[in-house]
Amino acid sequence: MSDLNNKQWPPTCSAALLHQRAELYQSIRLFFAEKNVLEVDTPVLSNAASCDVNLDSFSAFLDSSEQDRQRLYLQTSPEFSMKRLLAFGSGSIYQIAKSFRQGESGRFHNPEFTLLEWYRVDFSMAELIEEMIELLMLSFSENLAFTTVSYGQLFQQFTGLNPHSANLNELMTYASEQGNPEAINICGDSLANGLDYVFSQYIQPTLKKNVVYFVMDYPVCMAMLAKISDDAPKVAKRFEVYFKGVELANGYEELTDWKQQKKRFQHELAERKRAGLEPVPMDINLLGALEFGLPKCSGVALGLDRLLMLMTDAASIDDVLTFPIQRA
Amino acid sequence: MSTYSTSEFKSGLKIMMDNAPCTIVENEFVRPGKGPAFSRVKYRNLKTGRVIDRTFKSGETVEAADVMETEMSYLYNDGEFWHFMDDETFEQVSGDATAVGEAAKWMKDQDKCTVTLWNGSPLLVTAPNFVELEITDTDPGLKGDTSGGGGKPATLETGAVVRVPLFVQIGEIIKVDTRTGEYSARVKS
Repeated sequence: MSDLNNKQWPPTCSAALLHQRAELYQSIRLFFAEKNVLEVDTPVLSNAASCDVNLDSFSAFLDSSEQDRQRLYLQTSPEFSMKRLLAFGSGSIYQIAKSFRQGESGRFHNPEFTLLEWYRVDFSMAELIEEMIELLMLSFSENLAFTTVSYGQLFQQFTGLNPHSANLNELMTYASEQGNPEAINICGDSLANGLDYVFSQYIQPTLKKNVVYFVMDYPVCMAMLAKISDDAPKVAKRFEVYFKGVELANGYEELTDWKQQKKRFQHELAERKRAGLEPVPMDINLLGALEFGLPKCSGVALGLDRLLMLMTDAASIDDVLTFPIQRA
Repeated sequence: MSTYSTSEFKSGLKIMMDNAPCTIVENEFVRPGKGPAFSRVKYRNLKTGRVIDRTFKSGETVEAADVMETEMSYLYNDGEFWHFMDDETFEQVSGDATAVGEAAKWMKDQDKCTVTLWNGSPLLVTAPNFVELEITDTDPGLKGDTSGGGGKPATLETGAVVRVPLFVQIGEIIKVDTRTGEYSARVKS
């Protein structure tokens, strides 16, 4: 008998889940093969990081020597490298990619997780949503109900506030009235944070559990890497997918203007500085690719671990992972 | 003073909130869309029993509450305080009516209770789930009725009143579920 008594070694998911994941990956690969979308493989380690103030990248050093330590970052999503391939002329591509986000642990989060990210050249956001519905219908045995709703409409319906014109003060007053006066500590001075807080606290939990929601047309301050509409009122061409109360995917009609992208990065870096966060190098290779020319395209990242959770009615992400971070 | 960060939050953790010791009932990590990470927490104020919902910024710290639960033997009540003893250390503590609360109705000398200590003093006393107590008073009622339907009130040796089946009589010992305050069974003596 060993006295090691280690109970941490087995996976937290069932044997059946190993098969379900493998089958899901197979069906995804078949789905895209039939549509001539190319599977690609890009590095998870990068010289640059996401500048997003709400994303913390893991970092590591290139060399073990003490001097001249070059820092590398684990990707928070494969977005930047995939866009470089698109600019290079790859055509529509997809990837099943490990992604990493520091400090994100919980029932729906693991610091290391798997994204299915795909980009469709010449697709509008609406066309990409159609394709995603097709993919989701393949993944679930039951019949799914889908609905498309604008962010503004949903926000107004539940809170009475117009997210495109509301200011942070109004949002924080609303949160206070709902019993969360501390919201201001969490949101700081960011309007986007305020909107995200109100949405996730008071709207997301009230969405119908049996409907897949495609929420689209976000306020401009939440554009991230999405294009802004040409006509007024200006909205960000971004969509999020919610099912059973879980945020499943985030997509954009992609911003192709490199100057605009650089401005957004600089804005985010300034925000990081104000928040007292470590500076990170912006991805100049992405900017280079955009300057060369990113074709008009739409792209989306879908959390595969969460998709598996929803497919199997799992209560925790640990139930679909082999070795969550505590056992990794 | 020790503190906990939100990343250490889990149910059962004892924290100080609103100047009162509290226990975390539920904790959920939230990171909306591309928004700020926070924890959605339900905690129970151990003094008032109230459950409160609050959100905490990720990385926020809160003071730890020096709260621990121990098994103790109930010794006696001096009219104002209830006295308990740790069977291993023989250390004694006393708690007032607020701390003892409903448990006072069920406790008999030497009963093993769960005492929640805050800074060493009883904050909350939980009686054992089941206690066996003697009936000191009840209506003799109809002899021969063994159906148990309806029932009647009976006063127990601790003063508590519970509904018992008609066939149960004065002097008998019954088992009571303290969580519901209901008669559970007759104890053969």
